[in-house]
Amino acid sequence: MNIFVLVKRTFDTEEKITISGGKIQDDGAEYIINPYDEYAIEEAIQVRDAKGGKVTVVTIGGEDAEKQLRTALAMGADEAVLINTEDDLDELDQYSTALILAEYFKDKEVDLILAGNVAIDGGTGQVGPRVADLLGINYVTTITDLKIDGTSVKIVRDIEGDSEIIETSLPLLVTAQQGLNEPRYPSLPGIMKAKKKPLAELELDDLDIDEDDVEVKVETVEVFLPPKKEAGRILQGELSEQVKELVNLLHSEAKVV
Amino acid sequence: MSNKVLVLAEVREGVLRNVSFEAIAASKQIADGGEVVGVLIGDGVSQLAGELIAYGADRVVTVEHPHLKTYTSDGFSQAFLAVYNQEKPNAVVFGHTSLGKDLSPKIASKLQSGLISDVTEIEGSGSAAVYIRPIYSGKAFEKVKVKEGITFVTVRPNNIAPLTKDTGRTGAVSALSVEITNLRTIIKEVVRKSTTGVDLSEAKVVVAGGRGVKSAEGFEPLQQLADLLGGAVGASRGACDADYCDYSLQIGQTGKVVTPDLYIAAGISGAIQHLAGMSNSKVIVAINKDPEANIFKVADYGIVGDLFEVIPLLIEEFKALKVNA
Repeated sequence: MNIFVLVKRTFDTEEKITISGGKIQDDGAEYIINPYDEYAIEEAIQVRDAKGGKVTVVTIGGEDAEKQLRTALAMGADEAVLINTEDDLDELDQYSTALILAEYFKDKEVDLILAGNVAIDGGTGQVGPRVADLLGINYVTTITDLKIDGTSVKIVRDIEGDSEIIETSLPLLVTAQQGLNEPRYPSLPGIMKAKKKPLAELELDDLDIDEDDVEVKVETVEVFLPPKKEAGRILQGELSEQVKELVNLLHSEAKVV
Repeated sequence: MSNKVLVLAEVREGVLRNVSFEAIAASKQIADGGEVVGVLIGDGVSQLAGELIAYGADRVVTVEHPHLKTYTSDGFSQAFLAVYNQEKPNAVVFGHTSLGKDLSPKIASKLQSGLISDVTEIEGSGSAAVYIRPIYSGKAFEKVKVKEGITFVTVRPNNIAPLTKDTGRTGAVSALSVEITNLRTIIKEVVRKSTTGVDLSEAKVVVAGGRGVKSAEGFEPLQQLADLLGGAVGASRGACDADYCDYSLQIGQTGKVVTPDLYIAAGISGAIQHLAGMSNSKVIVAINKDPEANIFKVADYGIVGDLFEVIPLLIEEFKALKVNA
C-alpha cells in the first residue's frame, strides 16, 4: 500500500505564547510534531506493517521542519518529503497549502493519506479534507479506529463524544482523533536508521507551481493575547459556608446560574 | 456593502442546534442589511424553517432527500452546493461543529475559496468585517480578513449571541429538489456515549475533573452536578490518560476547547495545555486541595478543599437555590 502522512511542525503544547512587534515570538521555543499528526504517523506504520507497502511523511514549511520529519522517520516512516516554501512564499493559508499538497500528490498512486484532525497552532482542520477534495478521493475526519480489508475500510469516527461506525473504501484520506492509537517513541536504532532514510526537498518550481497560483484567500491582520485573567477570590471559612457563598456569588454576582 | 449570506442550519435528533441561531446572528452582521438565507438539509426537516425565520433568517431553502437523513460529506455537499448555485451568495456561514468542521473545507475547496474557521467574534460588518479566532487553542487570537473571493466562516458555538426569537417574523420557505448520488460513505450505526445529551462544546456549564477525581467512579458526583445544572462533564488529559474517562471528554490543547458560561474545575492542577482549552470560559471555579495549584491563577472563585466534600455540598446548595427560585 502506498501510504502518506501529512505532518506539521508546531509549538510544544507546554509553550507559552508571547507577541512582540505584532508577531508571535518563536525564539527558543520548543517544537514538536503536531500531536494529532503523531497518531496519523503511528497508524500509518501499523497499517504498513500489517499490509505491506511504504509510508511517506510530507510537510510544507522551512528548513527547520526537517527535524520533525527525521523524528517521523525514526518512528518508522520510510521516506520523507519537505516542500520548502520559505524562499517563494511569504504567507500560506489553508487554500494555498492544500493546492500545493494536491500538486505534489497529482502523479502519486495514493491508497491512503492520513493527517491529524487539526493542528494545535492554526486549529482550522481544513487541509486534510481540502486535499482529499482536490484529489477527488473520499475522506473521513476525527477517526478513532481504522480497519482495512482489501479495499474496504471500516472506521469508527468521533462525533462530539458519540461514535459513528462507517464503511467506505480506498483510496481514502482520514484524519486522526485522540484515542486512535498510542504513538510510539522513536527507538535509538530507529533514530540511527532515520539518518540514512531518504528525505527529499522540493520547491514550488519542482511542482510546477507558479507563486500567483497559490495566492492566499484570507490574511491575518493582527495577532493578540487574550486579556490576562486576574487571580480570583479564594473563599475562606468553613467549607459549608464557602460553598454557600460560592453558589450565592455565581447566582447574584456572576449571574451564570 | 451589503452581502447576501447563506447560513447552514444544523439539526440533531429533530431539533435545531443553538449554534444555528448564533450563525444566523453572525450572518446578519456579515449581511449588513443584505439578505440572510437559511439552508435546511435533511429528511423531514422542513417544518423547522419557521424557527430559523423567528431567529432572524429572511428566507429558508430546504433540501430533503432520504439519502440526507444522516450526514455524509458527499450528500450534504451536493445539497448545499445546489442551493449555493441557485442563490449565488457573497458569504456563507456554518457552525464550527463536528458536521461544520467536516463539511466546510470540502465546500470551500469546491468553491475555490478561503475559509475562516472557528470564529468567536466579528468586528465591523459587511465586506469590511474582521473575524477574530483563537490560535494555539486560545493561548492567542488572530484577526483575519478576506483577501479574495467570497466570505466563508464557521462560528464557534456559545460565542456569538443569537438574536431574540420573534415568532411574528415571516419569510418565504422554498424547497429545492436535488439528486443525491454516489455516496462513498455508509453510516452503519451511531453509538451514543454522552449520557445527558448535552454536548461538551455547546454546554453552558462544564464540570471537569482531573487526576484528583482518582477513579472512573469518582466522576459520578461531577456528573450529578453537571446534570443538575444542565451541563456536561469534561476532563483533563491527566484524568483521560489514567483511564478515568473517555478521551472524548478531554479539554485542552489536545482535546476540546470550551468556552461555557461556567467552568467548574475539580481536582485539576491547571497545566498550560489544559488552560489553553478552558481559560476563555466566562466564569471559572476551581476546587483543589492544593492552594498552590496553577488553576487558581485563572479561577474567578476558588475553594481550597477536597472535591469529594465540596461537590456534594455544591449539589445541595444548587438544589436549594432551585427550590427557592
